[in-house]
Amino acid sequence: MSAKQVLLIGGLALAILGMSYGLWYAAFAEHQALDGIGQSLSSSFQAAAEKDSSAAENSLLQYREAKYRYDRQVDVHGHWLGLSMLLIIVAIGYDHVSFSQKLKTLLAWILLIGSAFFPLGVLMQTWSHGPAPRYVAALASAMVIVALAAMVLGFLRRQTA
Amino acid sequence: MATPEPLIAATKMGETGFALMSTRRLLTLAGIGMILVGMIFGDIFAVFVLHQNAAHVGASLAAAAHSAAADETAAVAANFQNTGAALENRGTKVDTHVHLIAFGYLALMLALLQPWVRISAASARKLALFFVFGAVLLPLGVFLIHYVGLAYSPLQAIGWASIFADLGGFMVLAATLGFGVGIVRHFQTRHSPQQDQLLSNRSVPARWLLAGGLFLVLAGFLHGAYYAGVNLYRHEDADYRILLSMSSAAAARNHAQIDQAISDYGQLQGDKAVSIAAHAHAIEFGLLAMLLAFFQPYVQLREAWKRRWAGVLLMGSLLLPVCVQMEMKFGLLAGGIADLGGLLVIVALLAMWIGIVRYTGNIDAMAQGRQA
Repeated sequence: MSAKQVLLIGGLALAILGMSYGLWYAAFAEHQALDGIGQSLSSSFQAAAEKDSSAAENSLLQYREAKYRYDRQVDVHGHWLGLSMLLIIVAIGYDHVSFSQKLKTLLAWILLIGSAFFPLGVLMQTWSHGPAPRYVAALASAMVIVALAAMVLGFLRRQTA
Repeated sequence: MATPEPLIAATKMGETGFALMSTRRLLTLAGIGMILVGMIFGDIFAVFVLHQNAAHVGASLAAAAHSAAADETAAVAANFQNTGAALENRGTKVDTHVHLIAFGYLALMLALLQPWVRISAASARKLALFFVFGAVLLPLGVFLIHYVGLAYSPLQAIGWASIFADLGGFMVLAATLGFGVGIVRHFQTRHSPQQDQLLSNRSVPARWLLAGGLFLVLAGFLHGAYYAGVNLYRHEDADYRILLSMSSAAAARNHAQIDQAISDYGQLQGDKAVSIAAHAHAIEFGLLAMLLAFFQPYVQLREAWKRRWAGVLLMGSLLLPVCVQMEMKFGLLAGGIADLGGLLVIVALLAMWIGIVRYTGNIDAMAQGRQA
């Protein structure tokens, strides 16, 4: 596959993945998640009113967990879609980047893999609180930044050439 | 300000050109229109709803905590219901703003990709109309969620507005999938696309927008990475600790500590909101600038004005995220300049949109002349 194909087909695939995930989340999970956040917060203060400190703390822990999951699930949707748009725009303007085809294809793959795995790493954080998902997200986001920075350099080379 | 435009496009509907009812023109004008409406909606929301809503949430939370201190369990639940309603009001308006703009970007991208979409002109146009309808239906449905609620809904948790919003999302997804199939077919057939003026444009405003857009996207990424690495977990932990302190203070009937916790909570929410908004807006404006770079040949304004509007758009795109980030330190002054930045982007975008509406087909006609 050429660099442009990698970015274009990869970007469209990510856009469809991000939209499908968002659609599923809005229809089947978001309302329940928001209800859970609101109920646990309310329960905590009701327990405080009844001077039941232990129940209040337990409810707040539930709130923290529900909020942690909700924030990440919404971020996954936003980041997959945002990154997919970036991939497509970069694909359209990739002729402006002045590097060898081999390097351009390598950068395209790095950008695509980073864009796919960064939100996946964030989503994995809702399944496990261990360090592995954080490393996946951090490494993938570094891949996106490095690939994009290299593309900016390639673009600037073209401008000065 | 206008360039004389004697030529009328003779491009057939749905081809790569920009004829009056072509797929590309429909997606371009609808896309920029959606971005404009989304931005104006965002500005109105920021000025007239956001701060009042934040004050309402803070007041409801404070009332809930003080009710807990006074052992009034029923009042606690009532105040949290108020808080939930205010948060829903805010959340649906933010989602309306975000989705309108995101679908506008997607429409512009699909417009640019038309040379690679291997489906008939009529099917492409139907898909484009389907996309635009869904892209308007979803934000409209989301906006109405707060007002329609569960009235006449056949479901327990989801109201009619949500159902229509989901339908809009499904339509956008299906249309994008349709265009995606066309692109895959194009690559399978190895058919080379027509020469596209938009993608080979090297004009000064196009280069400014492309370089400025790339810079903004990269800056937004670095800011986001810094926030995630340094502040995200600290903020999440602080959110829990402050609420725990508020709840403990309520149990101990310590009203002074409740007020302190409420104040800390407001400060924390502000810190989080400005960081996320600065990150998101830098990237979104960067993407917008890059997209608009490709459409410069169709902006029917004099070259000097095209440069001015490109400069204005980039200046606004930089001012807004930078000043939003400084809002917690410099208050209303930074907020006012950020709003001005948003206004600059809107005005520049409107000018470019008008320029594209004025386009009458000289580029397509010249391209056809060369082919003949």
